[in-house]
Amino acid sequence: MAGDLASASALQCLVEQLKLEAGVERIKIPQAAAELQQYCMQNACKDALLVGVPAGSNPLQEPRSCALL
Amino acid sequence: MATEALHENETLASLKSEAESLKGKLEEERAKLHDVELHQVAERVEALGQFVMKTRRTLKGHGNKVLCMDWCKDKRRIVSSSQDGKVIVWDSFTTNKEHAVTMPCTWVMACAYAPSGCAIACGGLDNKCSVYPLTFDKNENMAAKKKSVAMHTNYLSACSFTNSDMQGCDKKAMVWDMRSGQCVQAFETHESDINSVRYYPSGDAFASGSDDATCRLYDLRADREVAIYSKESIIFGASSVDFSLSGRLLFAGYNDYTINVWDVLKGSRVSILFGHENRVSTLRVSPDGTAFCSGSWDHTLRVWA
Repeated sequence: MAGDLASASALQCLVEQLKLEAGVERIKIPQAAAELQQYCMQNACKDALLVGVPAGSNPLQEPRSCALL
Repeated sequence: MATEALHENETLASLKSEAESLKGKLEEERAKLHDVELHQVAERVEALGQFVMKTRRTLKGHGNKVLCMDWCKDKRRIVSSSQDGKVIVWDSFTTNKEHAVTMPCTWVMACAYAPSGCAIACGGLDNKCSVYPLTFDKNENMAAKKKSVAMHTNYLSACSFTNSDMQGCDKKAMVWDMRSGQCVQAFETHESDINSVRYYPSGDAFASGSDDATCRLYDLRADREVAIYSKESIIFGASSVDFSLSGRLLFAGYNDYTINVWDVLKGSRVSILFGHENRVSTLRVSPDGTAFCSGSWDHTLRVWA
């Protein structure tokens, strides 16, 4: 009996959770995709890994000098 | 009594069928809006050119597999943790080790840099998350100043100083509302365990890397998967993913020792990076997006730009 009650309440939780997820408001993919694309385009110029940086401005890309001790 | 038992069985059965019909309805709703994929929408976007990304620094010093790493907000310092039980703070420009802490356990699976840059958090098989304030005073023993901030019932696999509101558990990626503590969206399209999830820079989507050898992009407002990043030749799991600053590139570290760079919009691979001599276990783009760092089971970290 107790076992049945436990699985009933677990199922109840699942049903509530699924109702919540089913009720989420969704937008269409073309619109969502267009917005993702727009974000990329708007920020592309700031993306150093995408467009590169002027020579000398990234300390990681400079050749490092070695000191011989 | 008999009638009570009958009633409970009916309730169970009706709940089960309601759950099934709701699951079916959810799939239907999601399918309704799926008339086109991201790469189709992005067809007119200019293709990316050749990428020249190289290892600019190799951080050597760990005695065993590197399990986790994080960048400091100063875009220069990196904290890494390893199976050797050590947590090291590096200056990525000079490759100098600035701090080293020996944890009381091996397998330090998680580490994070505080936004202030003044402390690091780490944890692993010791089941807790410890915060160490960083000090340059050679007379101070860092280990003595440590504070335990959380006790878990099992090992710590990830920690972060900001609200981490996503979790990959098994094949499901779940999005949680931190205020209500509820799961608001769940995605289950991967065919195997998800190892890593990361938000798209705008916050409207997230990427996941999985043992099924694919990375996928999920849009939160469309409530579905919008892209899959995969190739027949890639058969090993993706352990770790991160976006470039604009979200156009997705860097993914794999168990076949490589890092694949994907064009997020077009779905194609733009570059494959070799260098590590064992599985790539962790990968993060620097805070200003000028470089990214990968950690590996080959005991090293590499900074790429």
